[in-house]
Amino acid sequence: MSLFEQKVSELHQRLHNKEISVTDLVDESYKRIGQVEGQVQAFLTLDEENARTQAKQLDEKLAKGETTNPLFGLPIGVKDNIVTKNLRTTCASKILENFDPIYDATVVQKLQQVETVTIGKLNMDEFAMGSSNENSAFQATKNPWNTDYVPGGSSGGSAASVAAGEVLFSLGSDTGGSIRQPAAYCGVVGLKPTYGRVSRFGLVAFASSLDQIGPITRTVEDNAYLLEAISGLDPMDSTSANVDVPSFVNALTGDVKGLKIAVPKEYLGEGVGEEARNSVLAALKVLESLGAEWEEVSLPHSKYALAAYYLLSSSEASANLARFDGVRYGYRTDNAENLIDMYKQTRAEGFGDEVKRRIMLGTFSLSSGYYDAYYKKAQKVRTLIKKDFEDVFQKYDVIIGPTAPTPAFKIGEQLKDPLTMYANDILTIPVNLAGVPGISIPCGFSKEGLPLGLQIIGKHFDESTVYRTAHAFEQATDFHKQFPKL
Amino acid sequence: MSRISMEQVKHVAHLARLAITEEEAKQFQDQLGKMISFAEQLNELDTDQVVATSHVLDMKNVMREDVAKPGLPIEEVVKNAPDHEDGYIRVPSIIE
Repeated sequence: MSLFEQKVSELHQRLHNKEISVTDLVDESYKRIGQVEGQVQAFLTLDEENARTQAKQLDEKLAKGETTNPLFGLPIGVKDNIVTKNLRTTCASKILENFDPIYDATVVQKLQQVETVTIGKLNMDEFAMGSSNENSAFQATKNPWNTDYVPGGSSGGSAASVAAGEVLFSLGSDTGGSIRQPAAYCGVVGLKPTYGRVSRFGLVAFASSLDQIGPITRTVEDNAYLLEAISGLDPMDSTSANVDVPSFVNALTGDVKGLKIAVPKEYLGEGVGEEARNSVLAALKVLESLGAEWEEVSLPHSKYALAAYYLLSSSEASANLARFDGVRYGYRTDNAENLIDMYKQTRAEGFGDEVKRRIMLGTFSLSSGYYDAYYKKAQKVRTLIKKDFEDVFQKYDVIIGPTAPTPAFKIGEQLKDPLTMYANDILTIPVNLAGVPGISIPCGFSKEGLPLGLQIIGKHFDESTVYRTAHAFEQATDFHKQFPKL
Repeated sequence: MSRISMEQVKHVAHLARLAITEEEAKQFQDQLGKMISFAEQLNELDTDQVVATSHVLDMKNVMREDVAKPGLPIEEVVKNAPDHEDGYIRVPSIIE
């Protein structure tokens, strides 16, 4: 049995009892990568030498009994849009192919404080724009459950590496579903925290008002441990929130008696596949048997979320990605006579198709004469979507629906039409627009044997209730105990 | 007929500082046209009385004491620049 089929708490206990060492865990990680990475292709960069050096140092601490933190010595993967000092960070883009960051993201500093071991950097859609990892400039990560299928995106490498047992857990980022959708497709647990819960300092910005870093793990409990480690106010991010970080693990009581669940009819209606719908209805029965109550509700503006999201996220992206101009870092063209030419050629040669498309859409909707009709309009619709959630949360504790309308699709299947690809995110996007937390946990398998995800959405800063609900469901089912055969 | 003209596509590409070929411009005209048409479903909603949301949480300015602190070392800062010399970043000519 792989060490990574065990939980954080079990591995911690075994480290503490000196049954295993940190070096054993790091060995396990690179051994597994050696076995399956050819099929999965989750990693863009491995940091083996440093990881092994760090493992030795941590083993010395272990010998002295200095292992107080539950995450001590555990191997983690980091999405490649989170900057790591002296470890190449590419955002899966040609424009940052050789970028060598000069500082660590706040979440990376926090991982160092709890002494996890970074194994490497994980593949993604270029600049986190995509739902399949096919937009990576370097490689297409495969779904460990069936390598003909996509792992989802944009945090596809983060989800696939955990599902394949290459690392115990990983960090991803979620702007419109980029943690939850790949977690659903790969049969693992992924949480997008409340906007502001986790510092974005050192996360290469895509859409600043929507982006959040979050944990991808095998179990809900592990997810709670990792979120606790990376949360909190950060002086380097003025949008990080000054709210207490509770013990999320302590919230996992197993008790959901009297929990009030809202099920939006829009999340089980048009555009949502039979298998996704049935798995959610079955999950609601399980929660009901544990004492929770559910009712159908409406989030009436759901159908407008996708359009509002693409205008807002692309507008913010067009501004954020202006910094990639070939001057201070990254790729620069050889074919330019003057400065403006240099900007234009560098960006034309450095960015992939999807990134260009979004920069174009964003620039259009922010341009003079169109700003009010597109960008501002979308911001107003965002207010309506946010209010939908506030209204439902007046009466209910959590909202439940599928994470994605379908299980994973085949590689290449949706590349032709951008709008088809965007529709994978219709159930996750509203959560980012409202800024509330949402988790995806395994809740079944399709007839092809691909995982299905259950999405549980909570109130602002109420990750505890989201985790408690997810954990109670997980303990009553065995979907999380099944592993892909690679 | 696309929702957006070739001239508009080229203008937007210029604003975005993206060099595009004639062929790419045609492709963007088609794809952006579809996306813009899709986005126009938002016009079904009356939002005259709705306040725009730019941020989901209550945001206020975060102030700190204005204390001098050492910056990043210059050799670190320029190490990722494609062309640099003596701590300065070099770019193609700006003035004819």
